[in-house]
Amino acid sequence: MVDTANAETHPGGEDPSRRDFIHIAAVTGAVGGVAALAWPLVDQMNPSGDTLALASVEYDYGKVPLGQQVSIIWRGKPVFIRHRTPKEIAEARGDDHAAMPDPQADAARVKNPEWLILIGVCTHLGCVPGFGGGAYGGWLCPCHGSVYDTSGRIRQGPAPKNLAVPDYAFTGPTKVKIG
Amino acid sequence: MSAHPSTYEPKTGIERWLDARLPIVRFAADYLDLPTPKNLNYWYTFGAILSVMLVVQIVTGVILAMHYVPNGDMAFNSVEHIMRDVNYGWLIRYIHANGASMFFLAVYIHIARGMYYGSYKAPREVLWLLGCIIYLLMMATAFMGYVLPWGQMSFAGAVVITNLFSAFDQVIPGLGTAITTWLWGGFAVGGATLNRFFSLHYLLPFMIAGVTVLHLWALHVPNSTNPTGVEVKSKEDTIPFHPYYTVKDGFAIMAFFVVFAWFVFFAPEALGHVDNQVPANPLVTPAHIVPEWYFLPFYAILRSVPQKLFGVLAMFGAIAMLFALPWLDTSKVRSMRYRPTARWFFILFIFATIGLGWCGGKEPDDMVITLGHTANNDPTGFSVTWLSRILGIYYYAYFGILFFLGIYEKPLPVPASISTPVLGGSAMPAGSVAQAEKKG
Ligand code: FES
Repeated sequence: MVDTANAETHPGGEDPSRRDFIHIAAVTGAVGGVAALAWPLVDQMNPSGDTLALASVEYDYGKVPLGQQVSIIWRGKPVFIRHRTPKEIAEARGDDHAAMPDPQADAARVKNPEWLILIGVCTHLGCVPGFGGGAYGGWLCPCHGSVYDTSGRIRQGPAPKNLAVPDYAFTGPTKVKIG
Repeated sequence: MSAHPSTYEPKTGIERWLDARLPIVRFAADYLDLPTPKNLNYWYTFGAILSVMLVVQIVTGVILAMHYVPNGDMAFNSVEHIMRDVNYGWLIRYIHANGASMFFLAVYIHIARGMYYGSYKAPREVLWLLGCIIYLLMMATAFMGYVLPWGQMSFAGAVVITNLFSAFDQVIPGLGTAITTWLWGGFAVGGATLNRFFSLHYLLPFMIAGVTVLHLWALHVPNSTNPTGVEVKSKEDTIPFHPYYTVKDGFAIMAFFVVFAWFVFFAPEALGHVDNQVPANPLVTPAHIVPEWYFLPFYAILRSVPQKLFGVLAMFGAIAMLFALPWLDTSKVRSMRYRPTARWFFILFIFATIGLGWCGGKEPDDMVITLGHTANNDPTGFSVTWLSRILGIYYYAYFGILFFLGIYEKPLPVPASISTPVLGGSAMPAGSVAQAEKKG
């Protein structure tokens, strides 16, 4: 730091003199002041209060037929609500012990196996994967070719993690609350 | 600025009065009078072309900002409004959009010229580093500008590029997410992101202009290199910048503008993507996303690495290598004209970079050479991913090769001065050249 160097190199500097004290105090004050002012300038970039307030959405999934999915928006991100077929569920469970980058059992990723709810954001660089591509019957990301299976687990490609499962709760017979 | 003494003499009373208070005319006059190596070829005109392009981009950009609305709900329509309703809006926008591509075309030639003629070597390292900083600022500016029309490609580009920072989650969990949330001003790319990108897109070109002033300052201390790589030894080696290079640069700028105008008037969308004519939709990513052509080589490197963090590092590293170049090239000989081995590696490097750009525009699973088909009829063989890996490795290797080549290569004899190869080494009789010089 400037002030210590200054104190040490002061000619004949045994005790901090009056002048040293003024240097140290001025530099400390300036650095502290700039730091205190810099934080608001940096923090203004973080999500604003109204953005943070959009904490949850509710959706009535009663009209989603078997083998189909809907995408809804939660906090600006797509959320997939997929009505899985028995075949998809069986495939997802069958692969529970297969080798994969981010191993997880299908049961740990659903509250009701028929309904798979995922954040539709590729864990590589954030594109929205499309259903029905790739070798595992699930999603294929158009950007750099990450392949997800019928449980939304990463099986192939550059993405490091499975598609995230958001916090959600079933609030009625056909209602789900995300967030 | 340079060692060369001022030759400006104020003639009128007003000039003398101003010269004593703000010697700005002297500054300009000395600039124009600067003794410059007499053998600069057309590769050396791209610096002037770039200055003009910066002015073109700033002028058209300031005008576009008068009509554009940086709001997630209105941005796309405001661009359509510029294209259809604003008087000559289509022209100004097409100049600006294609101008970005032309700017990069010129900067890539300018960088390649510097790499071939060893412009980064002592005593011009700072000049080179400032150039690298300008290039980084250009990339940031171009990226944010591409987001502004808020079409599907704009949106996908913003998502992918900002998510590069999420790779930090693999270093410290949560760090990457904190950075991306901060960049976005939300939990995903959205209106807040667009608004700040607009602000920065307006700011950065002026920072480029500022660094350009430093770049020119650093240029005028040791002065320009030249194709021989031999420093100026005497007055014989130089000619005044004006009129010789003002005319040469002027001609090059006009020629460059012909190409530029061809794009603006005959193929204004040739370098764009149709998907960007669709308004941004966070629920769908277009099936084939690619960045603008000038980012394709880096995109190919990113994609060729199967692991996220290392892919991101490899991509940024490719740019970082440029910064280290002055210290990686160990050869004492500046110009590759006299480096018979290095020039071949350089040519390969150019091909590798162009090849990477080609790969970046293809799907990773496309085949370069198809050898057969799998059971479900997918082609197998030598894929784009593998080609990008090989080219990417060569891209990096080039810098290491330069390091060892400087030690082992036997360079050709370097002329004693700029004038020697001109006067003695050519097929023309010495007298005719000397005469041409007197006339010129
Ligand atoms: S963003 Fe999905 S694979 Fe890269």
